[in-house]
Amino acid sequence: MTFLVEGFIKAIELLISGDISTWSAVSATIKASTGSMLVSLLTGLPCGFVLGYFDFRFKRLIRTVLDTLLALPTVCVGLIVYAFISSKGPLGDMGLLFTLTGIAVGQTILAFPVVTAITASIIENIDPALKLTLISLGAGKKNIILTCLWEVRFGILAAAVTAYGRVLTEVGISMIVGGNIKYHTRTMTTAIALETNKGLFADGIALGIVLMTIAFTVNLSLSFLRKR
Amino acid sequence: MRLKKILTLVITSIMILSWAVTVQASEKNELMMATTTSTDNTGLLDYLIPFFKQETGIALKWTATGTGKALELGRNCDVDVLLVHAPPAEKAYIANGFGKDRREIMYNDFVIIGPKSDPAGLKGKDISQALSAIKTNKAFFMSRGDDSGTNKKEKLLWKNAGITLPDKEKWYVQTGQGMLATINVTQEKNGYTMTDRGTYIKYQDQQRGDAPLTILVEGDDILLNQYSVLTLNPKNCPDAKYDLALKFSDWMASDSAQSKIGEFRLLGKPLFIPNAN
Repeated sequence: MTFLVEGFIKAIELLISGDISTWSAVSATIKASTGSMLVSLLTGLPCGFVLGYFDFRFKRLIRTVLDTLLALPTVCVGLIVYAFISSKGPLGDMGLLFTLTGIAVGQTILAFPVVTAITASIIENIDPALKLTLISLGAGKKNIILTCLWEVRFGILAAAVTAYGRVLTEVGISMIVGGNIKYHTRTMTTAIALETNKGLFADGIALGIVLMTIAFTVNLSLSFLRKR
Repeated sequence: MRLKKILTLVITSIMILSWAVTVQASEKNELMMATTTSTDNTGLLDYLIPFFKQETGIALKWTATGTGKALELGRNCDVDVLLVHAPPAEKAYIANGFGKDRREIMYNDFVIIGPKSDPAGLKGKDISQALSAIKTNKAFFMSRGDDSGTNKKEKLLWKNAGITLPDKEKWYVQTGQGMLATINVTQEKNGYTMTDRGTYIKYQDQQRGDAPLTILVEGDDILLNQYSVLTLNPKNCPDAKYDLALKFSDWMASDSAQSKIGEFRLLGKPLFIPNAN
């Protein structure tokens, strides 16, 4: 039990003292998760919109597959990405293994279904009256789409926050694809796993608190956006 | 509204900037190594590798896993060099054309540790008798269960004692974790485990000299734990940095590195004993 208290004190020490290995892990985490979030939002939002707004064949099936992908185990994503970017894999020449870019690729696979599935259900649940009103007011197709998107902006924000939470906390991908290399691909979560493995539970808790601080900062700025 | 726009702009530009920094070309003078948890968890590499950089200008990065996965990473050419501790597996690796040169660098030994009260009465027994005693008493025994060098050795010891691996027995607990984590599980379960001496000293150090687990069996020749540097066979991995890997291998065997390995101590005890020739 005592390591919980020790961990809390250590977390404050780490943040104040500017401990290099902690900050390099913080920076690795932010870089990888930012990259994967950008790509998954840029691809997932349009896909989610199409899936929610239009009707087409196999739509139900695609939704079901997508919902299943929400349960994708991170270690499996890591192994799949590893199979492709290992030197002997089809994309081995790109040299992505043991890099933050490699981690970001895996995290994108993780985040894409989250963004797409949530966006699709939000768009599906838009009040049908809104569309009718817009048409009766003489709005063009482009205007209808843009207005719909604007109406659900907070829902989309929720999709992004959820996906970010999943990306920020995964260990499997970072461990397998990144290799937990000190000062290079050691992220917050792999650092926590390592400290725990070493039996240094207080250090693990301290890093966990630092990670929560990052998440809190991000969500705080987002809630600021929402208020305005 | 204006404030929001500015904030959005700031957040977006921070995101893009921090991403741009990530995309960096890999250095030419850089070596990637796969190694075992014991060399990393004990802090040996953190202490040793800066000297390597200083003396040769080569930057070494490493990923620490079990020996099984390390060998697999080398087979897939994802690393340039290996520092592992499973001699029979290493020799088979070279025979199969995956590895090229094997150089013995240092050793420590495996020990059986357990609670001071020693409920199964291991103290004073040799290794085979000790394992039999664990089996007879159904005392908890923690196994790494991860095909690491330590795990390979442990399986060999069961075999030598004439006991089929107690894979499904309730008292045989396979943690699937690193050595220090496994020692911690052993402490929680008040059981026995086999560890390399280096990691045990590290554990003692963490317990601030008051460790509940103590060494009960040690000193058998079969308990020797040999660490070697393995270079990869250029025929299997033409892109691996073979020349740099050889330089690393040479450096680890050099007088300078060997004496530094010998000087690496915790609680005044050496964790690894250099033995390159």
